[in-house]
Amino acid sequence: MLRDITLGQYYQEDSVIHRLDPRVKLVGTVFFMISLFMFNNLIGYGLAALFLFGTIKMSKVPFKFMVRGMKAIFLLLLITVFYNLFLTKGDILWQWGFLKLTKQGIETAVYMMIRLTLLIIGSSLMTLTTTPNQLTDGIESLLSPLKIFKVPVHEVAMMMSIALRFIPILMEETDKIMKAQIARGAEFESKNLFKKVKALVPLLVPLLISAFRRANDLALAMEARCYRGGDGRTKMKPLTYKKRDVVAYVVLLLYIVALIAVGIFTEGSLLKILGLVA
Amino acid sequence: MPIIVHHLVHEYGTDTKLNTLALDDINLVIPDGQFLGLIGHTGSGKTTLIQHLDALLTPKSGTVYLDGEDIFEKDYDRRKLRSSVGLVFQYPEHQLFETTVFADVCFGPKNLGLDKKEAELRAYDALKLVGLEDEVFYQSPFDLSGGQKRRVAIAGVLAMQPKVLILDEPTAGLDPKGRDEILDCISALHQKKDMTVILVSHSMEDVAKYVERIIVMNKGKVFLDGTPKEVFAHYKELEEIGLAAPEVTYIMHELAAKGMAVDTGATTLEEAKASILAAMKSRGHI
Repeated sequence: MLRDITLGQYYQEDSVIHRLDPRVKLVGTVFFMISLFMFNNLIGYGLAALFLFGTIKMSKVPFKFMVRGMKAIFLLLLITVFYNLFLTKGDILWQWGFLKLTKQGIETAVYMMIRLTLLIIGSSLMTLTTTPNQLTDGIESLLSPLKIFKVPVHEVAMMMSIALRFIPILMEETDKIMKAQIARGAEFESKNLFKKVKALVPLLVPLLISAFRRANDLALAMEARCYRGGDGRTKMKPLTYKKRDVVAYVVLLLYIVALIAVGIFTEGSLLKILGLVA
Repeated sequence: MPIIVHHLVHEYGTDTKLNTLALDDINLVIPDGQFLGLIGHTGSGKTTLIQHLDALLTPKSGTVYLDGEDIFEKDYDRRKLRSSVGLVFQYPEHQLFETTVFADVCFGPKNLGLDKKEAELRAYDALKLVGLEDEVFYQSPFDLSGGQKRRVAIAGVLAMQPKVLILDEPTAGLDPKGRDEILDCISALHQKKDMTVILVSHSMEDVAKYVERIIVMNKGKVFLDGTPKEVFAHYKELEEIGLAAPEVTYIMHELAAKGMAVDTGATTLEEAKASILAAMKSRGHI
Protein backbone atom coordinates (compact mmCIF):
# COMPACT_ATOMS: atom_id res chain seq x y z
CA MET A 1 0.00 0.00 0.00
CA LEU A 2 2.78 2.42 0.89
CA ARG A 3 5.03 1.22 -1.88
CA ASP A 4 2.78 2.87 -4.45
CA ILE A 5 3.93 6.38 -3.64
CA THR A 6 6.58 7.18 -6.22
CA LEU A 7 6.92 10.91 -5.54
CA GLY A 8 10.44 11.66 -4.40
CA GLN A 9 11.61 8.15 -5.16
CA TYR A 10 14.71 7.18 -7.09
CA TYR A 11 14.30 5.06 -10.20
CA GLN A 12 17.37 3.00 -10.98
CA GLU A 13 18.39 3.17 -14.63
CA ASP A 14 21.51 3.88 -16.64
CA SER A 15 20.84 6.93 -18.78
CA VAL A 16 22.44 10.24 -19.73
CA ILE A 17 20.08 12.08 -17.41
CA HIS A 18 20.99 9.78 -14.53
CA ARG A 19 24.69 10.38 -15.14
CA LEU A 20 24.43 14.18 -15.27
CA ASP A 21 25.98 16.20 -12.49
CA PRO A 22 23.32 16.83 -9.81
CA ARG A 23 24.04 20.58 -9.98
CA VAL A 24 23.00 20.61 -13.63
CA LYS A 25 19.76 18.87 -12.78
CA LEU A 26 19.05 21.20 -9.84
CA VAL A 27 19.72 24.34 -11.86
CA GLY A 28 17.78 22.89 -14.78
CA THR A 29 14.77 22.10 -12.62
CA VAL A 30 14.73 25.56 -11.06
CA PHE A 31 14.93 27.22 -14.49
CA PHE A 32 12.29 24.92 -15.89
CA MET A 33 9.97 25.86 -13.02
CA ILE A 34 10.59 29.57 -13.55
CA SER A 35 10.07 29.15 -17.29
CA LEU A 36 6.58 27.78 -16.68
CA PHE A 37 5.54 31.07 -15.09
CA MET A 38 7.05 33.26 -17.80
CA PHE A 39 4.24 33.02 -20.33
CA ASN A 40 0.57 32.33 -20.63
CA ASN A 41 -0.04 30.89 -24.05
CA LEU A 42 -0.30 27.46 -25.58
CA ILE A 43 2.80 27.69 -27.78
CA GLY A 44 4.93 28.30 -24.71
CA TYR A 45 3.38 25.38 -22.86
CA GLY A 46 3.82 23.22 -25.93
CA LEU A 47 7.51 24.07 -26.00
CA ALA A 48 7.89 23.33 -22.28
CA ALA A 49 6.03 20.04 -22.65
CA LEU A 50 8.20 19.10 -25.59
CA PHE A 51 11.36 19.89 -23.64
CA LEU A 52 10.14 17.86 -20.66
CA PHE A 53 9.00 14.97 -22.82
CA GLY A 54 12.40 14.81 -24.53
CA THR A 55 14.15 14.75 -21.16
CA ILE A 56 11.85 11.99 -19.89
CA LYS A 57 12.52 9.92 -23.01
CA MET A 58 16.27 10.33 -22.48
CA SER A 59 15.99 9.36 -18.82
CA LYS A 60 14.47 5.96 -19.73
CA VAL A 61 12.08 6.25 -16.75
CA PRO A 62 8.79 4.67 -17.86
CA PHE A 63 6.08 7.29 -18.19
CA LYS A 64 3.62 4.91 -16.51
CA PHE A 65 5.81 4.89 -13.40
CA MET A 66 5.78 8.71 -13.18
CA VAL A 67 2.03 8.97 -13.66
CA ARG A 68 1.46 6.49 -10.84
CA GLY A 69 3.28 8.87 -8.52
CA MET A 70 1.00 11.69 -9.65
CA LYS A 71 -2.09 9.99 -8.23
CA ALA A 72 -1.24 11.23 -4.74
CA ILE A 73 -1.36 14.88 -5.88
CA PHE A 74 -4.36 14.41 -8.12
CA LEU A 75 -6.72 15.73 -5.44
CA LEU A 76 -4.65 18.89 -5.04
CA LEU A 77 -4.77 19.40 -8.78
CA LEU A 78 -8.53 18.92 -8.79
CA ILE A 79 -9.09 21.50 -6.02
CA THR A 80 -6.92 24.06 -7.83
CA VAL A 81 -8.79 23.55 -11.07
CA PHE A 82 -12.12 23.81 -9.26
CA TYR A 83 -11.16 27.09 -7.59
CA ASN A 84 -9.96 28.65 -10.82
CA LEU A 85 -12.90 27.36 -12.77
CA PHE A 86 -15.64 28.73 -10.57
CA LEU A 87 -14.17 31.62 -8.62
CA THR A 88 -12.53 33.66 -11.37
CA LYS A 89 -14.24 36.95 -12.22
CA GLY A 90 -15.15 37.59 -15.86
CA ASP A 91 -17.77 36.94 -18.53
CA ILE A 92 -20.33 34.63 -16.95
CA LEU A 93 -21.29 31.61 -19.01
CA TRP A 94 -23.19 29.66 -16.37
CA GLN A 95 -24.10 30.34 -12.77
CA TRP A 96 -25.27 28.34 -9.80
CA GLY A 97 -25.39 30.17 -6.51
CA PHE A 98 -22.01 31.77 -5.86
CA LEU A 99 -20.34 29.43 -8.35
CA LYS A 100 -19.76 31.23 -11.60
CA LEU A 101 -18.35 29.57 -14.67
CA THR A 102 -16.57 32.26 -16.64
CA LYS A 103 -14.68 32.33 -19.90
CA GLN A 104 -11.59 33.65 -18.14
CA GLY A 105 -12.05 30.99 -15.45
CA ILE A 106 -11.93 28.15 -17.95
CA GLU A 107 -8.84 29.67 -19.51
CA THR A 108 -7.03 30.07 -16.18
CA ALA A 109 -8.08 26.59 -15.03
CA VAL A 110 -6.76 24.93 -18.16
CA TYR A 111 -3.49 26.86 -18.01
CA MET A 112 -3.14 26.20 -14.30
CA MET A 113 -3.68 22.49 -14.80
CA ILE A 114 -1.09 22.26 -17.56
CA ARG A 115 1.32 24.38 -15.54
CA LEU A 116 0.97 22.31 -12.36
CA THR A 117 1.20 19.01 -14.18
CA LEU A 118 4.38 20.07 -15.94
CA LEU A 119 5.73 21.44 -12.67
CA ILE A 120 5.13 18.22 -10.77
CA ILE A 121 6.40 15.93 -13.50
CA GLY A 122 9.44 18.14 -14.02
CA SER A 123 10.44 18.13 -10.38
CA SER A 124 9.72 14.44 -9.92
CA LEU A 125 11.95 13.70 -12.90
CA MET A 126 14.82 15.20 -10.93
CA THR A 127 14.26 13.03 -7.86
CA LEU A 128 13.63 9.96 -10.02
CA THR A 129 17.01 10.31 -11.73
CA THR A 130 19.13 11.57 -8.82
CA THR A 131 20.01 9.59 -5.72
CA PRO A 132 19.37 11.42 -2.45
CA ASN A 133 23.10 11.51 -1.79
CA GLN A 134 23.87 13.16 -5.11
CA LEU A 135 21.04 15.58 -4.55
CA THR A 136 22.35 16.79 -1.21
CA ASP A 137 25.88 16.95 -2.60
CA GLY A 138 24.56 19.16 -5.36
CA ILE A 139 22.63 21.39 -2.96
CA GLU A 140 25.63 21.70 -0.67
CA SER A 141 27.83 22.68 -3.58
CA LEU A 142 25.35 25.19 -4.99
CA LEU A 143 24.73 26.79 -1.61
CA SER A 144 28.38 26.89 -0.55
CA PRO A 145 28.75 30.62 -1.36
CA LEU A 146 26.39 31.25 1.56
CA LYS A 147 29.12 30.05 3.92
CA ILE A 148 30.47 33.62 3.82
CA PHE A 149 27.30 34.66 5.63
CA LYS A 150 27.89 31.96 8.27
CA VAL A 151 25.10 29.73 6.97
CA PRO A 152 25.87 26.14 8.12
CA VAL A 153 25.56 24.78 4.58
CA HIS A 154 27.21 21.44 5.26
CA GLU A 155 25.10 20.76 8.35
CA VAL A 156 21.90 21.61 6.50
CA ALA A 157 22.88 19.32 3.63
CA MET A 158 23.77 16.54 6.07
CA MET A 159 20.43 16.85 7.85
CA MET A 160 18.66 16.75 4.53
CA SER A 161 20.46 13.64 3.37
CA ILE A 162 19.77 11.89 6.67
CA ALA A 163 16.09 12.85 6.50
CA LEU A 164 15.84 11.60 2.93
CA ARG A 165 17.66 8.41 3.83
CA PHE A 166 15.19 7.72 6.61
CA ILE A 167 12.07 7.99 4.44
CA PRO A 168 12.29 4.51 2.91
CA ILE A 169 13.43 3.00 6.22
CA LEU A 170 10.46 4.43 8.08
CA MET A 171 8.11 3.46 5.26
CA GLU A 172 9.28 -0.12 5.50
CA GLU A 173 8.99 0.00 9.29
CA THR A 174 5.44 1.36 9.04
CA ASP A 175 4.53 -1.43 6.65
CA LYS A 176 5.99 -4.03 9.01
CA ILE A 177 4.34 -2.73 12.18
CA MET A 178 1.04 -2.32 10.35
CA LYS A 179 1.14 -5.94 9.24
CA ALA A 180 2.11 -7.10 12.71
CA GLN A 181 -0.85 -5.26 14.26
CA ILE A 182 -3.22 -6.48 11.54
CA ALA A 183 -2.07 -9.99 12.41
CA ARG A 184 -3.17 -9.18 15.97
CA GLY A 185 -6.60 -8.26 14.68
CA ALA A 186 -6.19 -4.47 14.38
CA GLU A 187 -8.31 -2.72 11.75
CA PHE A 188 -6.87 0.27 9.92
CA GLU A 189 -9.60 0.52 7.32
CA SER A 190 -12.49 1.46 9.57
CA LYS A 191 -15.03 3.92 8.15
CA ASN A 192 -15.60 5.56 11.51
CA LEU A 193 -13.21 8.52 11.83
CA PHE A 194 -12.91 8.28 15.61
CA LYS A 195 -12.10 4.58 15.38
CA LYS A 196 -9.66 5.27 12.59
CA VAL A 197 -7.68 7.75 14.68
CA LYS A 198 -7.72 5.44 17.67
CA ALA A 199 -6.47 2.57 15.50
CA LEU A 200 -3.36 4.61 14.68
CA VAL A 201 -2.03 4.48 18.25
CA PRO A 202 -0.71 0.89 17.95
CA LEU A 203 1.04 1.99 14.77
CA LEU A 204 2.41 5.38 15.77
CA VAL A 205 3.79 4.51 19.21
CA PRO A 206 6.08 1.70 17.97
CA LEU A 207 7.00 3.79 14.92
CA LEU A 208 8.04 6.76 17.05
CA ILE A 209 10.05 4.56 19.39
CA SER A 210 11.75 2.93 16.43
CA ALA A 211 12.57 6.30 14.86
CA PHE A 212 14.20 7.48 18.09
CA ARG A 213 16.12 4.23 18.42
CA ARG A 214 17.42 4.52 14.88
CA ALA A 215 18.33 8.17 15.32
CA ASN A 216 20.21 7.31 18.49
CA ASP A 217 22.09 4.45 16.78
CA LEU A 218 23.01 6.68 13.88
CA ALA A 219 24.25 9.47 16.14
CA LEU A 220 26.42 6.98 18.02
CA ALA A 221 27.79 5.52 14.80
CA MET A 222 28.66 9.00 13.52
CA GLU A 223 30.26 9.91 16.83
CA ALA A 224 32.29 6.67 16.74
CA ARG A 225 33.64 7.70 13.32
CA CYS A 226 34.68 11.08 14.77
CA TYR A 227 32.18 13.12 12.77
CA ARG A 228 32.66 16.77 13.70
CA GLY A 229 30.81 18.68 11.00
CA GLY A 230 31.89 20.19 7.74
CA ASP A 231 35.16 22.04 8.43
CA GLY A 232 38.06 20.54 6.52
CA ARG A 233 36.03 17.58 5.32
CA THR A 234 36.82 16.18 1.89
CA LYS A 235 34.57 14.07 -0.28
CA MET A 236 35.12 10.56 -1.58
CA LYS A 237 33.40 11.45 -4.82
CA PRO A 238 33.82 15.19 -5.38
CA LEU A 239 31.51 16.72 -7.97
CA THR A 240 33.24 17.62 -11.23
CA TYR A 241 31.67 18.94 -14.40
CA LYS A 242 32.09 16.69 -17.43
CA LYS A 243 31.58 17.41 -21.10
CA ARG A 244 28.00 16.13 -21.01
CA ASP A 245 27.19 18.62 -18.24
CA VAL A 246 28.39 21.50 -20.39
CA VAL A 247 26.23 20.18 -23.24
CA ALA A 248 23.26 20.00 -20.86
CA TYR A 249 23.78 23.63 -19.79
CA VAL A 250 23.88 24.66 -23.46
CA VAL A 251 20.63 22.78 -24.15
CA LEU A 252 19.03 24.46 -21.15
CA LEU A 253 20.19 27.86 -22.39
CA LEU A 254 18.79 27.14 -25.86
CA TYR A 255 15.45 26.19 -24.29
CA ILE A 256 15.28 29.44 -22.33
CA VAL A 257 16.27 31.48 -25.40
CA ALA A 258 13.66 29.70 -27.52
CA LEU A 259 11.00 30.37 -24.90
CA ILE A 260 11.87 34.05 -24.72
CA ALA A 261 11.80 34.22 -28.50
CA VAL A 262 8.35 32.63 -28.53
CA GLY A 263 7.32 35.08 -25.83
CA ILE A 264 8.52 38.14 -27.78
CA PHE A 265 6.80 36.80 -30.88
CA THR A 266 3.46 36.26 -29.15
CA GLU A 267 3.35 38.84 -26.39
CA GLY A 268 5.38 41.63 -27.90
CA SER A 269 8.02 42.58 -25.36
CA LEU A 270 10.46 40.91 -22.98
CA LEU A 271 9.46 43.15 -20.12
CA LYS A 272 5.89 41.98 -20.46
CA ILE A 273 6.93 38.35 -20.33
CA LEU A 274 8.85 38.88 -17.14
CA GLY A 275 5.81 40.62 -15.72
CA LEU A 276 7.66 43.86 -15.21
CA VAL A 277 5.05 45.82 -17.13
CA ALA A 278 1.39 45.03 -17.42
CA MET B 1 -6.98 -26.85 10.47
CA PRO B 2 -4.88 -28.25 7.65
CA ILE B 3 -3.19 -25.65 5.45
CA ILE B 4 -2.85 -26.21 1.72
CA VAL B 5 -0.64 -23.87 -0.28
CA HIS B 6 -1.64 -24.15 -3.91
CA HIS B 7 0.61 -22.93 -6.76
CA LEU B 8 1.43 -19.75 -4.85
CA VAL B 9 3.32 -17.06 -6.78
CA HIS B 10 4.28 -13.64 -5.44
CA GLU B 11 6.20 -10.87 -7.12
CA TYR B 12 7.62 -7.71 -5.57
CA GLY B 13 7.96 -4.48 -7.54
CA THR B 14 5.69 -5.45 -10.41
CA ASP B 15 6.04 -3.02 -13.37
CA THR B 16 9.43 -1.74 -12.26
CA LYS B 17 12.88 -2.71 -13.33
CA LEU B 18 13.57 -4.19 -9.92
CA ASN B 19 10.78 -6.78 -9.95
CA THR B 20 11.71 -10.02 -8.25
CA LEU B 21 9.85 -13.28 -8.04
CA ALA B 22 9.73 -13.86 -4.29
CA LEU B 23 7.64 -17.02 -4.43
CA ASP B 24 7.74 -19.27 -7.46
CA ASP B 25 4.97 -21.85 -7.57
CA ILE B 26 4.91 -23.06 -3.97
CA ASN B 27 2.86 -26.17 -3.18
CA LEU B 28 2.61 -27.47 0.37
CA VAL B 29 0.28 -29.45 2.59
CA ILE B 30 0.61 -28.83 6.32
CA PRO B 31 -1.48 -31.25 8.40
CA ASP B 32 -2.90 -30.50 11.84
CA GLY B 33 -0.59 -30.45 14.83
CA GLN B 34 2.65 -30.56 12.89
CA PHE B 35 5.79 -28.90 14.24
CA LEU B 36 7.42 -27.57 11.13
CA GLY B 37 10.70 -25.78 10.50
CA LEU B 38 10.90 -23.39 7.55
CA ILE B 39 14.50 -22.75 6.67
CA GLY B 40 16.19 -20.65 4.05
CA HIS B 41 18.78 -18.04 3.41
CA THR B 42 17.97 -14.32 3.69
CA GLY B 43 15.80 -13.46 0.71
CA SER B 44 14.69 -17.03 0.02
CA GLY B 45 11.03 -16.13 0.47
CA LYS B 46 10.33 -17.53 3.96
CA THR B 47 8.83 -14.36 5.36
CA THR B 48 6.87 -13.69 2.17
CA LEU B 49 5.40 -17.18 2.34
CA ILE B 50 4.24 -16.94 5.94
CA GLN B 51 2.71 -13.50 5.37
CA HIS B 52 0.50 -15.11 2.75
CA LEU B 53 -0.67 -17.69 5.28
CA ASP B 54 -2.19 -14.82 7.29
CA ALA B 55 -3.43 -12.98 4.17
CA LEU B 56 -1.17 -9.99 4.84
CA LEU B 57 0.10 -10.14 1.27
CA THR B 58 -1.96 -10.93 -1.79
CA PRO B 59 -0.48 -13.44 -4.22
CA LYS B 60 0.01 -12.77 -7.92
CA SER B 61 -1.52 -16.16 -8.60
CA GLY B 62 -2.34 -19.32 -6.68
CA THR B 63 -3.96 -19.42 -3.27
CA VAL B 64 -3.97 -20.80 0.27
CA TYR B 65 -6.70 -23.04 1.69
CA LEU B 66 -7.29 -23.15 5.41
CA ASP B 67 -9.66 -25.88 6.48
CA GLY B 68 -10.75 -26.28 2.87
CA GLU B 69 -11.62 -22.58 2.46
CA ASP B 70 -9.84 -20.20 0.11
CA ILE B 71 -8.49 -17.39 2.33
CA PHE B 72 -8.13 -14.97 -0.59
CA GLU B 73 -11.80 -15.32 -1.48
CA LYS B 74 -13.44 -11.89 -1.38
CA ASP B 75 -16.01 -12.63 1.32
CA TYR B 76 -13.71 -14.74 3.49
CA ASP B 77 -13.79 -13.58 7.10
CA ARG B 78 -10.32 -12.13 7.70
CA ARG B 79 -10.95 -11.68 11.41
CA LYS B 80 -11.66 -15.38 11.75
CA LEU B 81 -8.45 -16.11 9.85
CA ARG B 82 -6.36 -13.96 12.19
CA SER B 83 -7.86 -15.56 15.25
CA SER B 84 -7.01 -19.04 13.96
CA VAL B 85 -3.59 -18.24 12.47
CA GLY B 86 -1.30 -16.41 14.89
CA LEU B 87 1.70 -14.76 13.29
CA VAL B 88 4.64 -13.58 15.39
CA PHE B 89 6.85 -11.26 13.36
CA GLN B 90 10.60 -10.94 13.48
CA TYR B 91 11.67 -8.78 16.44
CA PRO B 92 8.07 -8.79 17.70
CA GLU B 93 9.05 -6.65 20.70
CA HIS B 94 9.16 -3.68 18.31
CA GLN B 95 5.38 -3.74 18.01
CA LEU B 96 4.66 -3.30 21.73
CA PHE B 97 2.83 -0.04 22.41
CA GLU B 98 0.69 -0.19 25.54
CA THR B 99 1.52 1.27 28.93
CA THR B 100 1.55 -2.09 30.70
CA VAL B 101 2.47 -5.61 29.70
CA PHE B 102 -1.01 -6.85 30.55
CA ALA B 103 -2.79 -4.20 28.47
CA ASP B 104 -0.60 -4.99 25.48
CA VAL B 105 -1.38 -8.69 25.61
CA CYS B 106 -5.10 -7.82 25.86
CA PHE B 107 -4.94 -5.94 22.52
CA GLY B 108 -5.31 -9.06 20.35
CA PRO B 109 -8.24 -10.72 22.13
CA LYS B 110 -10.05 -7.36 22.39
CA ASN B 111 -9.75 -6.95 18.62
CA LEU B 112 -11.49 -10.28 18.26
CA GLY B 113 -14.53 -8.68 19.86
CA LEU B 114 -14.31 -10.56 23.16
CA ASP B 115 -15.59 -8.88 26.30
CA LYS B 116 -13.16 -7.40 28.81
CA LYS B 117 -13.27 -10.30 31.24
CA GLU B 118 -12.70 -12.98 28.62
CA ALA B 119 -9.88 -10.96 27.04
CA GLU B 120 -8.16 -10.52 30.41
CA LEU B 121 -8.48 -14.20 31.22
CA ARG B 122 -6.89 -15.10 27.91
CA ALA B 123 -4.13 -12.55 28.45
CA TYR B 124 -3.41 -13.99 31.87
CA ASP B 125 -3.25 -17.53 30.49
CA ALA B 126 -0.99 -16.47 27.62
CA LEU B 127 1.44 -14.67 29.91
CA LYS B 128 1.61 -17.73 32.13
CA LEU B 129 2.17 -19.96 29.09
CA VAL B 130 5.27 -18.03 28.06
CA GLY B 131 6.53 -18.26 31.64
CA LEU B 132 6.22 -14.66 32.81
CA GLU B 133 5.64 -13.95 36.48
CA ASP B 134 2.84 -11.83 37.90
CA GLU B 135 5.17 -9.05 39.02
CA VAL B 136 5.95 -7.97 35.44
CA PHE B 137 2.27 -7.79 34.42
CA TYR B 138 1.83 -4.15 35.37
CA GLN B 139 5.24 -2.90 34.39
CA SER B 140 5.83 -0.95 31.21
CA PRO B 141 6.84 -3.39 28.46
CA PHE B 142 9.68 -1.03 27.56
CA ASP B 143 11.38 -1.57 30.93
CA LEU B 144 11.80 -5.33 30.43
CA SER B 145 14.84 -7.21 29.15
CA GLY B 146 15.07 -8.24 25.49
CA GLY B 147 14.07 -11.84 26.13
CA GLN B 148 11.16 -10.81 28.36
CA LYS B 149 9.89 -8.30 25.80
CA ARG B 150 9.87 -10.98 23.16
CA ARG B 151 7.86 -13.27 25.41
CA VAL B 152 5.34 -10.52 26.00
CA ALA B 153 5.00 -10.09 22.24
CA ILE B 154 4.56 -13.83 21.71
CA ALA B 155 1.98 -13.87 24.52
CA GLY B 156 0.17 -11.09 22.66
CA VAL B 157 -0.38 -13.48 19.76
CA LEU B 158 -1.04 -16.55 21.94
CA ALA B 159 -3.81 -14.67 23.76
CA MET B 160 -5.82 -14.88 20.55
CA GLN B 161 -5.66 -18.68 21.02
CA PRO B 162 -4.71 -19.54 17.45
CA LYS B 163 -4.82 -23.11 16.12
CA VAL B 164 -1.77 -22.39 13.99
CA LEU B 165 1.21 -20.50 15.39
CA ILE B 166 3.79 -19.08 13.01
CA LEU B 167 6.99 -17.57 14.37
CA ASP B 168 9.39 -15.64 12.16
CA GLU B 169 12.93 -16.01 13.54
CA PRO B 170 11.84 -15.95 17.17
CA THR B 171 15.43 -16.31 18.38
CA ALA B 172 17.05 -13.55 16.31
CA GLY B 173 19.28 -11.36 18.43
CA LEU B 174 18.91 -13.36 21.64
CA ASP B 175 21.79 -14.85 23.61
CA PRO B 176 22.09 -18.69 23.77
CA LYS B 177 20.20 -18.85 27.07
CA GLY B 178 17.35 -16.67 25.84
CA ARG B 179 17.25 -18.66 22.62
CA ASP B 180 16.92 -22.00 24.39
CA GLU B 181 14.25 -20.63 26.71
CA ILE B 182 12.11 -19.36 23.84
CA LEU B 183 12.47 -22.57 21.82
CA ASP B 184 11.74 -24.79 24.84
CA CYS B 185 8.70 -22.67 25.57
CA ILE B 186 7.42 -23.02 21.98
CA SER B 187 8.05 -26.75 22.02
CA ALA B 188 6.13 -27.10 25.29
CA LEU B 189 3.27 -25.09 23.81
CA HIS B 190 3.12 -27.37 20.81
CA GLN B 191 2.77 -30.39 23.07
CA LYS B 192 0.39 -28.83 25.57
CA LYS B 193 -1.97 -27.08 23.17
CA ASP B 194 -1.58 -29.47 20.26
CA MET B 195 -1.30 -26.57 17.83
CA THR B 196 0.36 -26.50 14.44
CA VAL B 197 3.65 -24.62 14.80
CA ILE B 198 5.67 -23.20 11.92
CA LEU B 199 9.11 -22.07 13.01
CA VAL B 200 10.98 -19.87 10.55
CA SER B 201 14.72 -19.79 10.96
CA HIS B 202 18.00 -19.75 9.11
CA SER B 203 19.73 -21.82 11.73
CA MET B 204 19.55 -25.59 11.35
CA GLU B 205 20.84 -26.15 14.89
CA ASP B 206 17.86 -24.28 16.29
CA VAL B 207 15.22 -26.31 14.57
CA ALA B 208 16.87 -29.74 14.33
CA LYS B 209 16.21 -30.44 18.00
CA TYR B 210 12.50 -29.62 17.97
CA VAL B 211 10.74 -29.99 14.63
CA GLU B 212 9.36 -33.10 12.96
CA ARG B 213 9.52 -31.74 9.42
CA ILE B 214 11.84 -29.30 7.68
CA ILE B 215 11.09 -27.32 4.54
CA VAL B 216 14.15 -25.71 2.97
CA MET B 217 13.51 -22.77 0.67
CA ASN B 218 15.86 -21.34 -1.91
CA LYS B 219 15.20 -18.49 -4.34
CA GLY B 220 11.44 -18.64 -3.88
CA LYS B 221 11.16 -22.38 -4.36
CA VAL B 222 10.86 -25.37 -2.07
CA PHE B 223 14.32 -26.89 -2.22
CA LEU B 224 13.95 -29.80 0.22
CA ASP B 225 11.03 -31.12 2.25
CA GLY B 226 11.23 -33.98 4.74
CA THR B 227 12.12 -35.10 8.26
CA PRO B 228 15.30 -33.56 9.73
CA LYS B 229 17.16 -36.84 9.03
CA GLU B 230 16.14 -36.82 5.36
CA VAL B 231 16.96 -33.15 4.90
CA PHE B 232 20.36 -33.28 6.62
CA ALA B 233 21.37 -36.27 4.49
CA HIS B 234 21.63 -33.67 1.71
CA TYR B 235 24.15 -31.64 3.69
CA LYS B 236 26.37 -31.09 0.66
CA GLU B 237 23.51 -29.55 -1.34
CA LEU B 238 22.57 -27.43 1.67
CA GLU B 239 26.07 -26.01 1.69
CA GLU B 240 25.79 -25.09 -1.96
CA ILE B 241 22.83 -22.83 -1.23
CA GLY B 242 24.64 -21.20 1.67
CA LEU B 243 23.08 -23.18 4.52
CA ALA B 244 24.75 -25.69 6.78
CA ALA B 245 23.58 -28.87 8.44
CA PRO B 246 24.04 -29.11 12.24
CA GLU B 247 27.63 -29.65 13.39
CA VAL B 248 26.65 -33.15 14.53
CA THR B 249 25.93 -34.20 10.93
CA TYR B 250 29.45 -33.25 9.88
CA ILE B 251 31.12 -35.10 12.75
CA MET B 252 29.08 -38.25 12.17
CA HIS B 253 29.81 -38.25 8.45
CA GLU B 254 33.53 -37.82 9.07
CA LEU B 255 33.57 -40.61 11.67
CA ALA B 256 31.74 -42.90 9.26
CA ALA B 257 34.26 -42.04 6.54
CA LYS B 258 37.04 -43.07 8.92
CA GLY B 259 35.38 -46.46 9.22
CA MET B 260 33.44 -46.12 12.44
CA ALA B 261 29.98 -47.72 12.46
CA VAL B 262 28.02 -44.64 13.55
CA ASP B 263 24.55 -43.49 12.54
CA THR B 264 25.08 -40.60 10.09
CA GLY B 265 21.42 -39.66 10.42
CA ALA B 266 21.81 -38.45 14.02
CA THR B 267 20.55 -34.88 14.24
CA THR B 268 20.91 -34.02 17.92
CA LEU B 269 23.80 -34.16 20.34
CA GLU B 270 22.10 -36.88 22.43
CA GLU B 271 21.55 -39.17 19.47
CA ALA B 272 25.11 -38.68 18.31
CA LYS B 273 26.49 -39.43 21.76
CA ALA B 274 24.53 -42.67 22.02
CA SER B 275 25.55 -43.74 18.53
CA ILE B 276 29.26 -43.04 19.10
CA LEU B 277 29.25 -44.85 22.46
CA ALA B 278 27.56 -47.87 20.88
CA ALA B 279 30.09 -47.92 18.04
CA MET B 280 33.00 -47.73 20.48
CA LYS B 281 31.51 -50.47 22.61
CA SER B 282 31.16 -52.81 19.64
CA ARG B 283 34.82 -52.18 18.82
CA GLY B 284 35.75 -53.05 22.37
CA HIS B 285 37.23 -49.63 23.26
CA ILE B 286 35.12 -49.31 26.37
